[in-house]
Amino acid sequence: MKARVHVMLKDGVLDPQGEAVRHALGHMGFGGVEGVRQGKVIELDLSATDAASAEAEVKEMCEKLLANTVIEKYTIEIA
Amino acid sequence: MKAAVITFPGSNCDRDLSMAFAAAGADVVKIWHKETALPEGIDIIGVPGGFSYGDYLRCGAIASRSPIGQAVADFAGKGGYVIGICNGFQVLTEMRLLPGALMRNAGLKFVSKPLALRVATTDSAYTSGYEAGQEIVIPVAHHDGNYQIDPEGLARIEGEDRVAFRYVENPNGSVDDIAGVLSENRRVLGMMPHPERAIEPAQGGADGAALFRALSGMLATA
Repeated sequence: MKARVHVMLKDGVLDPQGEAVRHALGHMGFGGVEGVRQGKVIELDLSATDAASAEAEVKEMCEKLLANTVIEKYTIEIA
Repeated sequence: MKAAVITFPGSNCDRDLSMAFAAAGADVVKIWHKETALPEGIDIIGVPGGFSYGDYLRCGAIASRSPIGQAVADFAGKGGYVIGICNGFQVLTEMRLLPGALMRNAGLKFVSKPLALRVATTDSAYTSGYEAGQEIVIPVAHHDGNYQIDPEGLARIEGEDRVAFRYVENPNGSVDDIAGVLSENRRVLGMMPHPERAIEPAQGGADGAALFRALSGMLATA
């Protein structure tokens, strides 16, 4: 079973890297990019076979390590 | 005073920090990250600067969850003194021993230079050797020193006089120019600037020495 975790900065937390990417896109001639937010994707291979328990386990991983919930939010996909 | 300095893979200020403690009269033990427990009789733990675990995932994240990291958290939980400098500050916020988080510098550049700081409180074992409002010059060297905290948290640490140092000129976008923060019991300090790199004039300045001297005076064994 695979899990994919998306970690993004919370809304309202300034993303200096995303802003730099937005400026670069503007310089390159891509008009109309009003905002860029940069995050990360973490893929996990799990031995679990039950989607619900896998999701619960990955949620605990997110809370304890994969995301810093002071500034980041996360979503989990199980497949 | 007996000080323990933790060395993680990628720490690079552990020797400087050990020397700063020793220069203030401390017995220093160096603790390798594979250790799972601290020796008896430690008065203070230093979590040094560097790039622990290559800054993988987030700066300080892996170190904060390592076995020795747990021992540091337990030590602080029992009222022990812990100072985290630069990457050490990032580790302590990741452990939630200190509120807030350190993000990428607002200017996106690595900043490495001596900077003026203002001593924001003298009410701690770390800052009692300074005058309130005193300006001191301490080097910074970081890419992720942009201290951020939600408005309620900011109001709380300011209301409780827990900002230890502020930048005179903000180099990284930190909210309210915050360069160093104390825990609720005032025994855990995290700061981005490197006082251990300013303990004798040969280093270009000695304004950091008073921090270690004050600690040594406070934690001297009777």
